[in-house]
Amino acid sequence: MIAEHVAFGIIAAVMVASALRVVTTRDIVHAALYLVIVLAGVAALFLLVGAEFTGITQVLIYIGAVIVLFLFGIMLTRSDFDQDAETDHKRKFPAVLTALLLLAVMIGALVDRFEDIELDPTPQTTAQVSDELFSQYIVPFEAVSVLLLAALIGAIVIARREEGG
Amino acid sequence: MTGATAVSGLLAAEVPYWASSIIKLGVVALVVPTAALILGYVFLMKMMSFMQSRLGPMEAGPYGTLQLLADGLKFLQKEDIFPDKADRTVFALAPLVVLISTFLIYVVIPAGPDAVVAQLDVGVFYALAVSSLSVVGILMAGWASANKYALMGGLRAAGQLIAYELPLVLAVMGVVIQAGTLDLQKIVSAQATGEIFGWGGIGNPFILTQFAGFFIFLVAVQAELTQPPFDMPVAESEIVGGYQVEYTGFRFLFFFMGEFGTAFAFGALASVLFLGGWALPWGDLGHWGFNIAGPVIMLVKVLAVSALIFWFRFTYPRLREDQLQRLAWKFLIPLSLVNIVVTGVFKVVL
Repeated sequence: MIAEHVAFGIIAAVMVASALRVVTTRDIVHAALYLVIVLAGVAALFLLVGAEFTGITQVLIYIGAVIVLFLFGIMLTRSDFDQDAETDHKRKFPAVLTALLLLAVMIGALVDRFEDIELDPTPQTTAQVSDELFSQYIVPFEAVSVLLLAALIGAIVIARREEGG
Repeated sequence: MTGATAVSGLLAAEVPYWASSIIKLGVVALVVPTAALILGYVFLMKMMSFMQSRLGPMEAGPYGTLQLLADGLKFLQKEDIFPDKADRTVFALAPLVVLISTFLIYVVIPAGPDAVVAQLDVGVFYALAVSSLSVVGILMAGWASANKYALMGGLRAAGQLIAYELPLVLAVMGVVIQAGTLDLQKIVSAQATGEIFGWGGIGNPFILTQFAGFFIFLVAVQAELTQPPFDMPVAESEIVGGYQVEYTGFRFLFFFMGEFGTAFAFGALASVLFLGGWALPWGDLGHWGFNIAGPVIMLVKVLAVSALIFWFRFTYPRLREDQLQRLAWKFLIPLSLVNIVVTGVFKVVL
């Protein structure tokens, strides 16, 4: 288990350092790229606890799609090389406050839920994930599908209205 | 995918973990440039030349076989130029991100029963996920060059790669449903041991039942590689090379190796998913001989698939941006969804 602890330590240190750079760097593109490292770290942590499917989904969805959309949006709207695309740090106190509150809530929730649970160290196969998803968790799964569909339709409606059509 | 892969597979059984890891790393590091060289020479130089009634390179080595090596050496000698306003770190890292994405795909592609770097339970899914990482590198290159053509190329690439990621993944779904696994080795054995209406003479290569999937996969691969007719991100006559415009020397070489290495990797994936991979439907799949024969069989299949991809590349004119998006969203994605539904129904009924 010692190797896993060392690996966790290294990944966590890299993630914390990159996460700090995300909020302290003044270049917004750099912030998005540091976020790539943080999200890759999350994927690595998933792999470390044997959640292969979740880890690779993390790479495909967050790095392959979400970050790409971030970068796409940033580059499309701030494509002015001559001016430094600098961000200001005027709202840093409310931001820190929000982050601390979120941290407290999440620590509380996670400790409350997983306090006495022993983590099963055997890797989880994709077949297990899908069996549980489509039997035990079928109702939440379908609910999330409907929610996403509604969000999708909402986004299209808003986009079309702004077109003035 | 040369004999070297097989040798490492044989060695892996007897040597300690760290040594086999190093050997495997070395093999991948050798296979990617070799693959890029083979595709670059056979198709980009010779096939295209013959289709255009010319000979192509003839001077360097017999029939110009060493031309790409000579080009590579030339690239290495070039000055490493950074544009004045470039974001230096991001500019330097971008080609590496693209190349790493290419290397990571090779990790799961099997070339024999033991000739694989890592047999993952989620093989196909992993390969598609890491192949999508190259977009980040392309966007980094487009942004960091501080050049409007580069930025335009980067944006075009991002829009195109996101649109074609979906048909690529959905096309594979049919195969996964039929094989009942995401593991590439099990997909190979499912095809080798499969039967067509009770006849097992040629196994059951999924290209027969998943022809729609194969077609969608190849079109999506073409777009993912930003090759003509989907080459708007690098269109030299419009945006002078897009995100690659400011790159010279070995950094440009990285992009070249990334493109052709990925083409080879996608050819290998298509061979595994649709053409039966390294296996032949006769004989014992676990036999060690397949570690030697497998890479050769794979190479033949990969070259066949690549020939299709490059034939397409040299034949069709460039699409317009709206035609490209329409093709993905209004034709390929609905077609792949129908394919998934039909495959699912057959899977349940049969």
